[in-house]
Amino acid sequence: MSTRIWLSIIVMGAVTVAIRLLPLTLIRKPLKNRFLLSFLHYVPYVTLAVMTFPAIVESCETPLAGLAALAVGAYAAWQGANMVSVAAICSITAFILGFI
Amino acid sequence: MAEQGKRDFLEGLRDGLPIGLGYLAVAFSLGIAARQAGLTAVQGFIASLLSIASAGEYAGFTLIAAQASLAEIALGTLVTNARYLLMSTALSQRFSKDTSLAKRIGVGLGVTDELFGLAIARSLVRPVYQYGAMLSSIPLWCIGTSAGIIAGQLLPSRMVTALSVSLFGMFLAVIMPAARNDRVVRICVIASFAASYAASHFIPLTMAWSSGTRIIALTVFISAIAALVHPVDTEGDDVA
Repeated sequence: MSTRIWLSIIVMGAVTVAIRLLPLTLIRKPLKNRFLLSFLHYVPYVTLAVMTFPAIVESCETPLAGLAALAVGAYAAWQGANMVSVAAICSITAFILGFI
Repeated sequence: MAEQGKRDFLEGLRDGLPIGLGYLAVAFSLGIAARQAGLTAVQGFIASLLSIASAGEYAGFTLIAAQASLAEIALGTLVTNARYLLMSTALSQRFSKDTSLAKRIGVGLGVTDELFGLAIARSLVRPVYQYGAMLSSIPLWCIGTSAGIIAGQLLPSRMVTALSVSLFGMFLAVIMPAARNDRVVRICVIASFAASYAASHFIPLTMAWSSGTRIIALTVFISAIAALVHPVDTEGDDVA
Protein backbone atom coordinates (compact mmCIF):
# COMPACT_ATOMS: atom_id res chain seq x y z
CA MET A 1 0.00 0.00 0.00
CA SER A 2 2.65 2.45 1.10
CA THR A 3 4.99 1.47 -1.74
CA ARG A 4 2.23 2.05 -4.25
CA ILE A 5 1.55 5.50 -2.80
CA TRP A 6 5.25 6.40 -2.87
CA LEU A 7 5.52 5.28 -6.50
CA SER A 8 2.42 7.31 -7.36
CA ILE A 9 3.88 10.39 -5.68
CA ILE A 10 7.13 9.99 -7.60
CA VAL A 11 5.30 9.58 -10.92
CA MET A 12 3.19 12.69 -10.23
CA GLY A 13 6.31 14.69 -9.36
CA ALA A 14 8.37 13.41 -12.29
CA VAL A 15 5.68 14.22 -14.85
CA THR A 16 5.07 17.68 -13.36
CA VAL A 17 8.77 18.53 -13.23
CA ALA A 18 9.21 17.34 -16.83
CA ILE A 19 6.34 19.59 -17.98
CA ARG A 20 7.93 22.56 -16.23
CA LEU A 21 11.47 21.97 -17.43
CA LEU A 22 11.09 20.77 -21.02
CA PRO A 23 10.38 24.23 -22.44
CA LEU A 24 13.36 25.65 -20.53
CA THR A 25 15.86 22.99 -21.54
CA LEU A 26 15.25 20.82 -24.61
CA ILE A 27 12.45 22.61 -26.43
CA ARG A 28 13.10 26.34 -26.44
CA LYS A 29 10.85 27.41 -29.30
CA PRO A 30 7.54 29.14 -28.54
CA LEU A 31 4.40 27.08 -29.05
CA LYS A 32 2.72 28.07 -32.29
CA ASN A 33 0.05 25.42 -32.79
CA ARG A 34 -3.27 27.21 -32.45
CA PHE A 35 -5.21 24.14 -31.40
CA LEU A 36 -2.71 23.25 -28.69
CA LEU A 37 -2.62 26.82 -27.36
CA SER A 38 -6.42 26.96 -27.27
CA PHE A 39 -6.64 23.53 -25.66
CA LEU A 40 -4.20 24.55 -22.91
CA HIS A 41 -6.15 27.76 -22.38
CA TYR A 42 -9.38 25.90 -21.61
CA VAL A 43 -7.96 22.96 -19.64
CA PRO A 44 -7.67 24.65 -16.21
CA TYR A 45 -11.29 25.81 -16.15
CA VAL A 46 -12.68 22.58 -17.53
CA THR A 47 -10.69 20.33 -15.22
CA LEU A 48 -11.58 22.34 -12.11
CA ALA A 49 -15.25 22.38 -13.09
CA VAL A 50 -15.26 18.64 -13.76
CA MET A 51 -13.58 18.00 -10.41
CA THR A 52 -15.98 20.24 -8.51
CA PHE A 53 -19.33 18.87 -9.65
CA PRO A 54 -20.87 16.53 -8.68
CA ALA A 55 -18.04 15.72 -6.23
CA ILE A 56 -18.91 18.70 -3.99
CA VAL A 57 -22.46 17.38 -3.58
CA GLU A 58 -21.34 13.85 -2.86
CA SER A 59 -18.63 14.85 -0.40
CA CYS A 60 -21.21 16.27 2.03
CA GLU A 61 -23.32 14.59 4.71
CA THR A 62 -26.46 15.08 2.60
CA PRO A 63 -27.12 16.11 -1.02
CA LEU A 64 -28.94 19.19 0.29
CA ALA A 65 -25.86 20.35 2.19
CA GLY A 66 -23.71 19.78 -0.88
CA LEU A 67 -26.02 21.60 -3.28
CA ALA A 68 -26.30 24.52 -0.87
CA ALA A 69 -22.50 24.72 -0.51
CA LEU A 70 -22.18 24.71 -4.30
CA ALA A 71 -24.84 27.39 -4.78
CA VAL A 72 -23.53 29.69 -2.05
CA GLY A 73 -19.89 29.22 -3.08
CA ALA A 74 -20.62 29.74 -6.78
CA TYR A 75 -22.55 32.91 -6.03
CA ALA A 76 -19.84 34.32 -3.75
CA ALA A 77 -17.12 33.52 -6.29
CA TRP A 78 -19.21 35.04 -9.10
CA GLN A 79 -19.46 38.22 -7.02
CA GLY A 80 -15.68 38.28 -6.72
CA ALA A 81 -15.12 37.03 -3.16
CA ASN A 82 -11.53 35.91 -2.63
CA MET A 83 -10.45 32.30 -2.54
CA VAL A 84 -10.23 31.80 1.22
CA SER A 85 -13.62 33.49 1.78
CA VAL A 86 -15.33 31.27 -0.78
CA ALA A 87 -13.73 28.19 0.80
CA ALA A 88 -14.87 29.23 4.26
CA ILE A 89 -18.42 30.00 3.09
CA CYS A 90 -18.68 26.59 1.44
CA SER A 91 -17.37 24.76 4.51
CA ILE A 92 -19.62 26.59 6.96
CA THR A 93 -22.68 26.04 4.77
CA ALA A 94 -21.90 22.33 4.42
CA PHE A 95 -21.23 22.00 8.15
CA ILE A 96 -24.45 23.67 9.31
CA LEU A 97 -26.73 22.02 6.75
CA GLY A 98 -25.08 18.69 7.43
CA PHE A 99 -27.10 18.51 10.65
CA ILE A 100 -30.47 18.72 8.85
CA MET B 1 26.58 42.38 -8.08
CA ALA B 2 26.40 40.47 -4.80
CA GLU B 3 24.60 43.47 -3.28
CA GLN B 4 22.09 43.42 -6.11
CA GLY B 5 21.60 39.67 -5.65
CA LYS B 6 20.89 40.12 -1.96
CA ARG B 7 18.37 42.87 -2.67
CA ASP B 8 16.65 40.73 -5.30
CA PHE B 9 16.50 37.79 -2.92
CA LEU B 10 14.97 39.80 -0.07
CA GLU B 11 12.49 41.40 -2.43
CA GLY B 12 11.52 37.95 -3.65
CA LEU B 13 11.08 36.68 -0.10
CA ARG B 14 8.77 39.62 0.61
CA ASP B 15 6.68 39.23 -2.55
CA GLY B 16 6.41 35.47 -2.11
CA LEU B 17 5.03 35.60 1.41
CA PRO B 18 1.44 36.64 0.56
CA ILE B 19 1.44 33.87 -2.04
CA GLY B 20 2.70 31.48 0.61
CA LEU B 21 -0.09 32.39 3.02
CA GLY B 22 -2.65 31.67 0.31
CA TYR B 23 -0.85 28.39 -0.37
CA LEU B 24 -1.11 27.43 3.27
CA ALA B 25 -4.91 27.57 3.09
CA VAL B 26 -5.26 25.78 -0.24
CA ALA B 27 -2.74 23.11 0.71
CA PHE B 28 -4.56 22.50 3.98
CA SER B 29 -7.73 21.67 2.03
CA LEU B 30 -5.69 19.56 -0.34
CA GLY B 31 -4.28 17.70 2.65
CA ILE B 32 -7.80 16.69 3.68
CA ALA B 33 -8.19 15.10 0.24
CA ALA B 34 -4.73 13.53 0.48
CA ARG B 35 -5.60 11.84 3.74
CA GLN B 36 -8.75 10.39 2.17
CA ALA B 37 -6.45 8.85 -0.46
CA GLY B 38 -4.39 7.27 2.32
CA LEU B 39 -1.32 9.54 2.35
CA THR B 40 0.63 10.14 5.57
CA ALA B 41 1.77 13.63 6.57
CA VAL B 42 5.29 12.87 5.28
CA GLN B 43 3.96 11.56 1.97
CA GLY B 44 1.77 14.64 1.58
CA PHE B 45 4.74 16.90 2.26
CA ILE B 46 6.89 15.18 -0.36
CA ALA B 47 4.04 15.01 -2.90
CA SER B 48 3.49 18.75 -2.54
CA LEU B 49 7.21 19.52 -2.70
CA LEU B 50 7.60 17.55 -5.94
CA SER B 51 4.40 18.71 -7.63
CA ILE B 52 3.45 22.17 -6.23
CA ALA B 53 0.13 22.02 -8.10
CA SER B 54 -3.36 22.11 -6.60
CA ALA B 55 -5.47 20.72 -9.44
CA GLY B 56 -2.75 18.28 -10.50
CA GLU B 57 -2.25 16.95 -6.99
CA TYR B 58 -5.98 16.69 -6.37
CA ALA B 59 -6.41 14.67 -9.57
CA GLY B 60 -3.46 12.51 -8.53
CA PHE B 61 -4.89 11.87 -5.06
CA THR B 62 -8.28 11.00 -6.57
CA LEU B 63 -6.55 8.45 -8.79
CA ILE B 64 -4.49 7.05 -5.90
CA ALA B 65 -7.69 6.65 -3.87
CA ALA B 66 -9.19 4.70 -6.79
CA GLN B 67 -6.15 2.37 -6.95
CA ALA B 68 -5.37 3.63 -10.46
CA SER B 69 -2.35 2.35 -12.38
CA LEU B 70 0.86 4.41 -12.51
CA ALA B 71 0.29 5.01 -16.23
CA GLU B 72 -3.10 6.50 -15.46
CA ILE B 73 -1.61 8.67 -12.73
CA ALA B 74 1.03 9.90 -15.19
CA LEU B 75 -1.66 10.73 -17.76
CA GLY B 76 -3.87 12.50 -15.21
CA THR B 77 -0.92 14.58 -14.01
CA LEU B 78 0.03 15.43 -17.59
CA VAL B 79 -3.44 16.67 -18.46
CA THR B 80 -4.14 18.65 -15.30
CA ASN B 81 -0.68 20.26 -15.26
CA ALA B 82 -0.28 20.77 -19.01
CA ARG B 83 -0.74 24.51 -18.64
CA TYR B 84 2.70 24.75 -17.01
CA LEU B 85 4.07 23.90 -20.44
CA LEU B 86 2.69 27.22 -21.67
CA MET B 87 4.01 29.13 -18.69
CA SER B 88 7.50 27.67 -18.94
CA THR B 89 7.52 28.39 -22.67
CA ALA B 90 6.57 32.00 -22.04
CA LEU B 91 9.20 32.18 -19.32
CA SER B 92 11.92 30.75 -21.55
CA GLN B 93 11.60 33.85 -23.76
CA ARG B 94 12.20 36.13 -20.80
CA PHE B 95 15.64 35.07 -19.61
CA SER B 96 18.62 37.25 -20.50
CA LYS B 97 20.86 35.48 -23.00
CA ASP B 98 23.63 34.74 -20.51
CA THR B 99 21.40 32.97 -17.96
CA SER B 100 22.93 29.61 -17.07
CA LEU B 101 21.05 26.35 -17.56
CA ALA B 102 21.16 25.79 -13.79
CA LYS B 103 19.30 29.05 -13.19
CA ARG B 104 16.74 28.30 -15.89
CA ILE B 105 16.09 24.95 -14.21
CA GLY B 106 16.02 26.55 -10.75
CA VAL B 107 13.34 29.03 -11.81
CA GLY B 108 11.49 26.43 -13.90
CA LEU B 109 11.03 24.12 -10.92
CA GLY B 110 8.98 26.84 -9.26
CA VAL B 111 6.52 27.50 -12.09
CA THR B 112 3.07 27.71 -10.51
CA ASP B 113 0.22 30.01 -11.54
CA GLU B 114 1.16 32.53 -8.86
CA LEU B 115 4.97 32.37 -9.04
CA PHE B 116 4.78 32.56 -12.83
CA GLY B 117 2.75 35.72 -12.35
CA LEU B 118 5.56 37.23 -10.28
CA ALA B 119 8.23 36.11 -12.75
CA ILE B 120 6.66 37.80 -15.75
CA ALA B 121 5.82 41.03 -13.94
CA ARG B 122 9.18 42.31 -15.24
CA SER B 123 10.44 42.10 -18.80
CA LEU B 124 13.43 39.98 -17.75
CA VAL B 125 13.29 37.11 -15.26
CA ARG B 126 15.48 37.70 -12.20
CA PRO B 127 16.45 34.21 -10.98
CA VAL B 128 17.60 35.23 -7.51
CA TYR B 129 14.39 37.21 -6.95
CA GLN B 130 12.45 34.15 -8.03
CA TYR B 131 14.40 31.93 -5.60
CA GLY B 132 13.40 34.26 -2.76
CA ALA B 133 9.73 34.09 -3.75
CA MET B 134 9.91 30.29 -4.02
CA LEU B 135 11.53 30.03 -0.59
CA SER B 136 8.81 32.01 1.18
CA SER B 137 5.91 30.24 -0.55
CA ILE B 138 6.68 26.62 -1.50
CA PRO B 139 7.54 25.43 2.05
CA LEU B 140 4.16 26.77 3.20
CA TRP B 141 2.51 24.74 0.44
CA CYS B 142 4.19 21.59 1.79
CA ILE B 143 3.51 22.37 5.45
CA GLY B 144 -0.13 23.16 4.66
CA THR B 145 -0.59 19.78 3.00
CA SER B 146 0.85 17.94 6.00
CA ALA B 147 -1.24 20.04 8.38
CA GLY B 148 -4.39 19.15 6.42
CA ILE B 149 -3.56 15.46 6.64
CA ILE B 150 -2.92 15.65 10.37
CA ALA B 151 -6.08 17.71 10.97
CA GLY B 152 -8.02 15.14 8.98
CA GLN B 153 -6.81 12.47 11.38
CA LEU B 154 -7.54 14.44 14.54
CA LEU B 155 -10.77 16.33 13.89
CA PRO B 156 -14.25 14.81 14.20
CA SER B 157 -15.52 13.36 10.93
CA ARG B 158 -18.27 15.96 10.53
CA MET B 159 -15.69 18.73 10.56
CA VAL B 160 -13.45 16.86 8.14
CA THR B 161 -16.41 16.48 5.78
CA ALA B 162 -17.10 20.21 5.94
CA LEU B 163 -13.42 21.02 5.43
CA SER B 164 -13.22 18.73 2.42
CA VAL B 165 -15.75 21.05 0.77
CA SER B 166 -13.38 24.01 1.14
CA LEU B 167 -11.13 22.84 -1.71
CA PHE B 168 -14.11 22.84 -4.07
CA GLY B 169 -14.83 26.38 -2.87
CA MET B 170 -11.31 27.36 -3.92
CA PHE B 171 -11.85 25.77 -7.32
CA LEU B 172 -15.06 27.79 -7.66
CA ALA B 173 -13.11 30.94 -6.78
CA VAL B 174 -10.87 30.27 -9.79
CA ILE B 175 -13.49 29.35 -12.36
CA MET B 176 -16.43 31.65 -11.56
CA PRO B 177 -14.74 35.03 -12.14
CA ALA B 178 -13.36 33.71 -15.44
CA ALA B 179 -16.81 32.37 -16.36
CA ARG B 180 -18.29 35.76 -15.61
CA ASN B 181 -15.80 37.60 -17.82
CA ASP B 182 -15.61 35.19 -20.75
CA ARG B 183 -18.64 33.71 -22.46
CA VAL B 184 -16.76 30.71 -23.83
CA VAL B 185 -15.35 29.83 -20.41
CA ARG B 186 -18.87 30.18 -19.02
CA ILE B 187 -20.20 27.68 -21.54
CA CYS B 188 -17.24 25.39 -20.81
CA VAL B 189 -17.98 25.45 -17.08
CA ILE B 190 -21.68 24.70 -17.54
CA ALA B 191 -20.90 21.94 -20.06
CA SER B 192 -18.29 20.51 -17.67
CA PHE B 193 -20.74 20.40 -14.77
CA ALA B 194 -23.41 18.74 -16.93
CA ALA B 195 -21.03 16.27 -18.57
CA SER B 196 -19.40 15.38 -15.27
CA TYR B 197 -22.80 14.67 -13.74
CA ALA B 198 -23.98 12.66 -16.73
CA ALA B 199 -20.73 10.69 -16.87
CA SER B 200 -21.05 9.67 -13.23
CA HIS B 201 -24.81 9.02 -13.17
CA PHE B 202 -26.25 8.20 -16.61
CA ILE B 203 -23.66 6.89 -19.04
CA PRO B 204 -22.95 3.21 -18.30
CA LEU B 205 -19.52 3.22 -19.97
CA THR B 206 -18.14 6.14 -17.96
CA MET B 207 -19.98 5.15 -14.77
CA ALA B 208 -17.78 2.07 -14.68
CA TRP B 209 -14.65 4.26 -14.60
CA SER B 210 -13.14 5.74 -11.46
CA SER B 211 -13.74 9.44 -10.85
CA GLY B 212 -10.06 10.08 -11.65
CA THR B 213 -10.43 8.50 -15.08
CA ARG B 214 -13.56 10.52 -15.75
CA ILE B 215 -11.69 13.72 -14.83
CA ILE B 216 -8.97 12.95 -17.39
CA ALA B 217 -11.33 11.92 -20.17
CA LEU B 218 -13.79 14.79 -19.72
CA THR B 219 -11.03 17.39 -19.43
CA VAL B 220 -9.44 16.29 -22.70
CA PHE B 221 -12.78 15.90 -24.48
CA ILE B 222 -14.39 19.20 -23.46
CA SER B 223 -11.20 21.29 -23.79
CA ALA B 224 -10.57 19.85 -27.25
CA ILE B 225 -14.10 20.70 -28.39
CA ALA B 226 -13.79 24.22 -27.00
CA ALA B 227 -10.43 24.65 -28.74
CA LEU B 228 -11.90 23.48 -32.05
CA VAL B 229 -15.08 25.53 -31.85
CA HIS B 230 -13.54 28.64 -30.36
CA PRO B 231 -9.75 28.86 -30.79
CA VAL B 232 -8.00 31.62 -28.84
CA ASP B 233 -5.81 34.27 -30.48
CA THR B 234 -2.49 32.69 -31.34
CA GLU B 235 -0.38 35.33 -29.68
CA GLY B 236 -0.46 33.18 -26.57
CA ASP B 237 0.22 36.05 -24.14
CA ASP B 238 -2.93 35.44 -22.16
CA VAL B 239 -1.75 32.22 -20.56
CA ALA B 240 -1.81 33.55 -17.03
